[in-house]
Amino acid sequence: MNEVVVTGVGAVTPLGVGAAKLHERWAAGVCGIEDGEGRCDELVVTDHFSVKQARRADRFSQLVLVAAGEALADAGWDAELPYEAARIGAIIGTGIGGIGTIEANDRTLIEQGPKLVSPLAVPLMMGNAGAAAVSMRHGLKGPSYGVVSACAAGTHAIGSAMRAIQYGDATAVVAGGTEAALTPLSRAAFAAVDALSPSGISRPFDRRRDGFVMGEGAGVLVLENGEAARARGARVLAIARGYGATSDAFHITAPPANGEGAAAAITRALEDAELTPDDLVYVNAHGTSTPINDRAETAALKTALGERAKTIPISSTKSAIGHLLGAAGAVEAVATILALRARVLPPTLGLEEPDPELDLDYIPNIARTLDLDGRRAIAISNSFGFGGHNAVLCLEAT
Amino acid sequence: MAEPSIDQIEKVITDSLVTFGADRDAISRDAELDALDVDSLDLAELSQIIEENFGVELSSNDVSEIKTVGDAIDIVAERAK
Repeated sequence: MNEVVVTGVGAVTPLGVGAAKLHERWAAGVCGIEDGEGRCDELVVTDHFSVKQARRADRFSQLVLVAAGEALADAGWDAELPYEAARIGAIIGTGIGGIGTIEANDRTLIEQGPKLVSPLAVPLMMGNAGAAAVSMRHGLKGPSYGVVSACAAGTHAIGSAMRAIQYGDATAVVAGGTEAALTPLSRAAFAAVDALSPSGISRPFDRRRDGFVMGEGAGVLVLENGEAARARGARVLAIARGYGATSDAFHITAPPANGEGAAAAITRALEDAELTPDDLVYVNAHGTSTPINDRAETAALKTALGERAKTIPISSTKSAIGHLLGAAGAVEAVATILALRARVLPPTLGLEEPDPELDLDYIPNIARTLDLDGRRAIAISNSFGFGGHNAVLCLEAT
Repeated sequence: MAEPSIDQIEKVITDSLVTFGADRDAISRDAELDALDVDSLDLAELSQIIEENFGVELSSNDVSEIKTVGDAIDIVAERAK
């Protein structure tokens, strides 16, 4: 099987436009959540898009286009594509897709009738619009499609991209996740299912955690066939070592308390990487700040990692930016790679009152220097979605 | 609906094209829609706007005949009579 390497990263998050800002600000203890939501306020749409480009893309596509632009430039692809276009794919996950477009057109339908529903509604709202936008913008003619698995979509997209390269369907894939669901219907719907934090505070693993805080954003990795990347002299940021995906087949919005499906995904990712829990130096948790996720994820880590679960540092990106739903896994993969490369593990913010039942090392509040002491810089990044979808990546920074 | 003047039709069409992202200075009767980067989705939107403003319903055949800004103005003026 072909080796898969990461040669570029990009992110637009509530901590700013750019992957470096995500890492640096999170590590410094900055929280991008304001008034109970994680908005990408730093993004100025007109800086990145013409009038035509902007109105042809729902915000979820705009976010991933900006992140992809950064990732491609980071990979040294900004002048020209390094491979034949037909050998480069785009796989972009989302939880919901263009819900802002759906809501706006639904208002038009109700208030003005069906004849004024926009011809742009379908191309903007469809869940694969992000993947299509990236493919079209950069002329990528290999396999491109969207991945839909709620809050695991970004991780599934990267895992699917890994497989496409490993199997030889593509030499490179621009992979990631994106979400822009800070809309009235989405807020009301997540509140109705009792998932959102009434306090508006994201504090994963804290005794007082009361739900997730919704955020928006996008994360993108440029993944390449390792041999091809090295042959072109690319700078390799990380190696995508393993991927594991499982399902709970339990409940549409809740994991089993013992987190067995999540544990199986972690185990599978490590097996795929041909590594063991002893090899891990960091876990980027799903860590949503919901009572049930953080408990089940802790149980899953103990099951999958055994005694090592107690000594591996773990943190949740969602403590700093909220829950980016279908973008979360991709943004967190970016954050994981940058943390490993910087040898700085950003903290779980807001974790002030530990939950007595949750007894792992969640890196509370203060970033930690990663002392490798001769070990390799290997981590896992967990994502679990409504529907019982579990996906885990194993990444090694170079 | 009262018969619209050519100026009214021209204004609605020009404003629409600008909304779609065309450069206002590049718009003239002779300007080709292709050159203004106006595509089939823009024309579908323009058809909606024309019907909303002037009560003129353009078929997809009508739309496929429109090559320039002037073509669009003329067909609306003709049909709105």
